[in-house]
Amino acid sequence: MDTLYIKKSDIAVWWAAIKGACDHVVAPVRKDRVVEFARVENYEEIATDYVQTTRSAKEVLFPRTERLFSYQKNGRDIEVKDFDPQSVPVQVLWQVRPCDAASVFPLDAVFNWDYKDVMYNTRRERTTIVAVSCSTADEYCFCTSVGGGAGDTRGSDILLTYTTDGAIVEVVTERGEKLVALSQNLFTAYTAGDKDSYLASVPQVFDVEKLKEKMHGMFDSTVWKEQSERCLGCGACAYVCPTCSCFDIQENPKGSCGERLRCWDSCGFAQFTLHTSGHNPRSTQASRWRQRLMHKFSYIPQRQDSLGCTGCGRCSRACPVDMNIKEHLSSIDKIQ
Amino acid sequence: MCNCKDKNIYLPYMMQVEKVTVEAPGVKTLRLKFKNEEEGNAFEFRAGQFAEYSAIGDGECTFCIASPSTRKGYVECTFRQAGRVTSSLAKLEEGDTMGFRGPFGNYFPMEEWKGKNLLFIAGGIALPPMRSVIWTALDEREKYGDVTIVYGAKTVADLVYKHELKEWEDREDVTLITTVDPGGETPDWKGKVGFVPTVVGESPINAENTVAIVCGPPVMIKFTFPVLEKLGFDKKNIYTTLENRMKCGVGKCGRCNVGKMYVCKDGPVFSAVDLAELPDDF
Ligand SMILES: Cc1cc2nc3c(=O)[nH]c(=O)nc-3n(C[C@H](O)[C@H](O)[C@H](O)COP(=O)(O)OP(=O)(O)OC[C@H]3O[C@@H](n4cnc5c(N)ncnc54)[C@H](O)[C@@H]3O)c2cc1C
Ligand code: SF4
Ligand code: SF4
Ligand code: FES
Repeated sequence: MDTLYIKKSDIAVWWAAIKGACDHVVAPVRKDRVVEFARVENYEEIATDYVQTTRSAKEVLFPRTERLFSYQKNGRDIEVKDFDPQSVPVQVLWQVRPCDAASVFPLDAVFNWDYKDVMYNTRRERTTIVAVSCSTADEYCFCTSVGGGAGDTRGSDILLTYTTDGAIVEVVTERGEKLVALSQNLFTAYTAGDKDSYLASVPQVFDVEKLKEKMHGMFDSTVWKEQSERCLGCGACAYVCPTCSCFDIQENPKGSCGERLRCWDSCGFAQFTLHTSGHNPRSTQASRWRQRLMHKFSYIPQRQDSLGCTGCGRCSRACPVDMNIKEHLSSIDKIQ
Repeated sequence: MCNCKDKNIYLPYMMQVEKVTVEAPGVKTLRLKFKNEEEGNAFEFRAGQFAEYSAIGDGECTFCIASPSTRKGYVECTFRQAGRVTSSLAKLEEGDTMGFRGPFGNYFPMEEWKGKNLLFIAGGIALPPMRSVIWTALDEREKYGDVTIVYGAKTVADLVYKHELKEWEDREDVTLITTVDPGGETPDWKGKVGFVPTVVGESPINAENTVAIVCGPPVMIKFTFPVLEKLGFDKKNIYTTLENRMKCGVGKCGRCNVGKMYVCKDGPVFSAVDLAELPDDF
């Protein structure tokens, strides 16, 4: 892994070269009181004064609604048109946080653990992730408790750490090297070794290995009911989460033609597991809250060798009734 | 590089409806043939696996493959008209086109059952997953010991595969016990009257060297397992299939997740031992 340096004034020049070499750059943009990822045309549009975007950058790899195929009916015959990988744009995801970059591990895992998901994989291969270290954090952040950190490179192709007069550029993958190669002359070697001094401090609040172990045996605990008493089952937590990957499959017919879509879904919805017969294995919000936490901290780790949470804190910031996952996890950690 | 060769796992095969059979009120069997002959020739599955069937324009739903794996060139599904997609599938006529994705999930370990007696216990619409295994076993009858089938439905009208029930009844190498719930009998009903678990408990069943395959609604399964254990069955010789709600069928959409298991990948076939390890979430 190369560690390079780029001057502040050169970053916009490099950015323009990147913009010219891909179809879209997606970066955080301020819209009134919120900061969200959007396609960006000019470097100046990119937001800098924020801790975290409301929604994650997951949409770039796993869109909210995505066509699985389209069809045309001709009398009794039906012609289907497959997904076309060439329709997927070459994108650069600019300035995501390390906790967003780390979300590619659970996503890669679920979309590839057995059958390969060609839509996800195509988007993933056509996306270069440029993350930026966090110089500020808030009370919702807990990346350090789930194996991440404010300057963690995992999942990034390039990690930038802004210094007073420029940025440290850690080139993690070959995809990252290609971006640097676009403006090779702007980079110099970086040897100061002071990256940590530019990082926000995020205190660790629990030991995730112990927590996983403990949750393993907690299916019948009363804690789920206690914690979920005020949960509305609105699903906001799943929609802002960078790792939530559950989806629904729906039809979108328009006369004799149409398409089949997949759309984000959430295990927090009562309908998620409802059978046509009326039987619902998870009929209470407590059982659905349990599923949310057990899936992320027990089931995914057991099956996919990954953790289902990167500690971004988005679900807590977005929750209309202040369910705070960091607090809930640390209270589970403290149960004797 | 983009792995464009990889198949789109959500793209269904196009199938032609070859035959429609009305089994009972609201229950139909469709025989489907691959429109693309090459795909049909390459298609293989094992008894117990399921698939996603689609009425293009209305959506997909999950049924087991009801035809035996020993018969090539077609697949069959039997379904109860229950909601949107099943209602749309029920409207299909011979010659119409529909979608099919599969086979998915695990299967009954029939290789391990060689030389053993087979006891099939099915309730209601749950005979289809069983039918695939029953015919697969009967097509290779010499591999197995005694074959006993206990099948129950709410009423006489609700019994599916009536034609095949007759065939099984007439065979000397099959013992068929049919039952209907109390009140569901007709004046000329010759089978038993009573709930499936009770009928199983009262039947001359020998647990020795026998594998029990139980399919039915959750309550039936719940009450049949203890009866079998009382008859001397070991948990590891009792099998069932689970019907969690599913969408993708391929371990992605998260819907069928129960504990660390995904019913669409690790199931739908589970032994009573596996089942006892699952959290009570299905
Ligand atoms: C492994 C497996 C095998 C099955 N085999 C059969 C069979 O052989 N014959 C049969 O009649 N039925 C079977 N079912 C149940 C069948 O899938 C549902 O009855 C059917 O999906 C209802 O669809 P619908 O669109 O008509 O109903 P709606 O209520 O309109 O369906 C809404 C959505 O819910 C989903 N859904 C609802 N209930 C279930 C359920 N119990 N299981 C899975 N998905 C559900 C459907 O995918 C559908 O998209 C099986 C289910 C599973 C999981
Ligand atoms: S955002 Fe809050 S209220 Fe809504 S489902 Fe999630 S935890 Fe429950
Ligand atoms: S569960 Fe909450 S904190 Fe964890 S990754 Fe998802 S949104 Fe972030
Ligand atoms: S049906 Fe989608 S994960 Fe099992």
